[in-house]
Amino acid sequence: MELKEAMAGTLESGDIVIRIAPGDGLHIDLQSPVEARFGRQIRAVIAETLEELGICDACVSATDKGALDCTIRARVTAAAVRASGKDIWKD
Amino acid sequence: MRNSKLASLEEAILRSGLKDGMTISFHHHFRGGDKVVNLVVGKLAEMGFRDLHLAASSLSDVHAPLIEHIKAGVITSISTSGLRGELADAISHGLMEKPVVFRSHGGRGSAIAGGELHIDVAFLGASSCDELGNASGCPRSENAKSICGSLGYALPDAEYADHVVVLTDDLVPYPNVPMSIRASRVESVVVVDSVGDSSKISSGAIRDSKNPRDVLLAKQAAKVILNSGYFKDGFSIQTGTGGASLAVVKYLRESMVGSGVKASFALGGITAHMVKLHQEGLIGKLIDVQSFDKVAAESIASDIAHQEVSAVDYASGQHLGSAVHALDIVILSALEVDSDFNVNVLVGSDGIIRGAVGGHPDTAEDSALSIIVCPLLRGRIPCIVPKVTTLTTPGRSVDVVVTEYGIAVNPARPEIAERLAAAGLNVVDINALCEKAMGMTGRPDPLPFGERVVGIVMDRKGGILDKIRNIEQ
Amino acid sequence: MMFIPGNKPGMMADACIYGPDSIMLDLEDSVTLAEKDAARLLVYHALRSVDFGGVEMVVRINPLNTPYGKKDVEAVVKGGVDVIRMPKTETADEVRELEAEVLKVETELGCPGRTKLMAAIESALGVVNAFDIAKASPRMMGIALGAEDYTANLKTSRTAEGTELQLARQTIVVAARAAGIACFDTVFSNLEDMEGFRREVELVKALGFDGKSIINPRQIEIVNEVFTPSAKDIEKALLVIAAIREARSKGSGVISVNGKMVDRPVVIRAERTIALAVASGILDREEAL
Repeated sequence: MELKEAMAGTLESGDIVIRIAPGDGLHIDLQSPVEARFGRQIRAVIAETLEELGICDACVSATDKGALDCTIRARVTAAAVRASGKDIWKD
Repeated sequence: MRNSKLASLEEAILRSGLKDGMTISFHHHFRGGDKVVNLVVGKLAEMGFRDLHLAASSLSDVHAPLIEHIKAGVITSISTSGLRGELADAISHGLMEKPVVFRSHGGRGSAIAGGELHIDVAFLGASSCDELGNASGCPRSENAKSICGSLGYALPDAEYADHVVVLTDDLVPYPNVPMSIRASRVESVVVVDSVGDSSKISSGAIRDSKNPRDVLLAKQAAKVILNSGYFKDGFSIQTGTGGASLAVVKYLRESMVGSGVKASFALGGITAHMVKLHQEGLIGKLIDVQSFDKVAAESIASDIAHQEVSAVDYASGQHLGSAVHALDIVILSALEVDSDFNVNVLVGSDGIIRGAVGGHPDTAEDSALSIIVCPLLRGRIPCIVPKVTTLTTPGRSVDVVVTEYGIAVNPARPEIAERLAAAGLNVVDINALCEKAMGMTGRPDPLPFGERVVGIVMDRKGGILDKIRNIEQ
Repeated sequence: MMFIPGNKPGMMADACIYGPDSIMLDLEDSVTLAEKDAARLLVYHALRSVDFGGVEMVVRINPLNTPYGKKDVEAVVKGGVDVIRMPKTETADEVRELEAEVLKVETELGCPGRTKLMAAIESALGVVNAFDIAKASPRMMGIALGAEDYTANLKTSRTAEGTELQLARQTIVVAARAAGIACFDTVFSNLEDMEGFRREVELVKALGFDGKSIINPRQIEIVNEVFTPSAKDIEKALLVIAAIREARSKGSGVISVNGKMVDRPVVIRAERTIALAVASGILDREEAL
């Protein structure tokens, strides 16, 4: 899938900023205050969400402010939709 | 001979007979504004001292310069109630060979009184002092710069240290009365430019948390108190630090005014809220080990019913006369509470030391009703967990945990659970809270602890409660 | 009904702890055009994953005639929302158009008829058509006043007394009652003026509104205080209910309390008082039965 650079999310508490850029294979760079306890899970959620959207090649940079999984999914999807120009809704 | 006690810092150190390997002590009444520790240890380093044991009542962010003195071998062991900031971070990562010994305020007081923690030289900052050594945390002249109110945590040091040096930035004419530290206990008086940065010693006014979650927690905790069976005329109360636990008093006040129930005394760290209730006649006396803000510091300077108390008389577990034994209700905060009601107030969810034991275990154990106010989550960090990272207050001394998702009561106190449920409060099983938290955040991965012990948490009697291991990069 | 901006994840996760009767996640005015897509995804995932503790979930979508409205409908219906709130509603046809969109998505999901609707009335035309809007669809559960747009449309401005809203408020209450659905008053945006807020809540309760929209958890307590029936009211209502039961058990059509005959409106009011008391948590459901 053709990607251009895009981002979604904010730096507010409980949110996460996701930047997506074209890449070869999936690279995730994560900064998080909960890296030690949840870093592995956050990376897994990012990878899984992208996979569901059919994106296997991307450079993802994530700046986390304590987001829960559902927020991470929403932000990754939003960034991916913006990067690919392909919305998940019908109209 | 009247000026015999006045000395420069270097003269005072020489006069003290301090030797390599000895124990020096400090208090933390200047909190984040403290200049005494860095000044004195800097001078000791310059004078070539090595292998010293630094025994502070607590240490904070401002003490990051100690890192260099530790690396240089000037300080080789530390005992304290808490550690924060860069120093805490470095120690958690294995900066020191010997583990830091953490004691509660009451535990430190009784260890000093009992001789387990022997202090060779105490360096005690004071807001005012006369040339004979009568020292106080209250302002006694127009020149007073660094005002902290109570000197409660410094009093065991003054009482039991072999040698006491008072540092002050306001030398006043004799007699500086009423004094907290008596001249007969003081060997040297050192006048310095500043003992503390007043803007960081205490805030000027009542700070009310407008965070809706803190307000909710505070209101719930107030309801717990009202319906606990301990809210009756003549009750006594203490609040710990943290927005929600401080704010409880504000909501309790409304019920006190409405019902005519008055408190006999408030204990511990005294805040502007407590002073207000006292001045309104709702709290009889204020027993103050640490004045939390400017209002409290002004009150203790002028009000006979607002009394200073030493750490020993406040919270020692070894002295039956300590005030916590007369305490009915204490409201405390926590970093983590586990399903056995154990509390951690010392080590963060990343395994790094970022707090202080304080009077938490002392007040929780000896009060009639201990209430922990703790959100279920802070960001993505679960605060009600299966097992605390580090044990600082044993669950047997914790009665009630108030969260925004419900109130858990220790099964050992069924009568309290019954009263709260009868009052319509949402009483829940602590395991359910823990599951709820895990459901929201996911199960956290284990922390990358190493093999080295970087901290030892002592219990109130001098036994080992828990060990803190180093955290790998 | 507590409003939460649809692009603020930090405010969503624990919204239910403050005990609102319903939570309204907003995709409309509180979300900038550039963030409509991201907020929609956030709301969708929150509806699917966050445990809102059984609180009724409402989403305010963008108008259907914008590029966002239909996607909003698809996302929130797929998210499993309880109620869709349509903004700036002016005619019954708009409600029916929304209904058709909702049904389309529901049919695809295999759950036709699951989603309820409510309409915000925010213009003079909307007020004039209030009753038609209220009964435009069996899915309609309530209508609400949106005062900012309405006053702008009237070419006036907001006052503390709410003089400019009088007709709209009363029309909306009457329309809702005539259609047998609920009605909600507009938001009060000055968070510092709690006394003014209380006066407004008291006013709208007196006018007959079922609830008030709020923008901050701090406002919930006052709404609950004002809308919660007094102990005396509850006591009276319980007597009436007991009398009904007694009359029924005797097979008598005449209900009397303390020797006085009770009219049907009194019975209805008593039932409403009890329902409110139970909803406010000050009366046990069992006590009420």
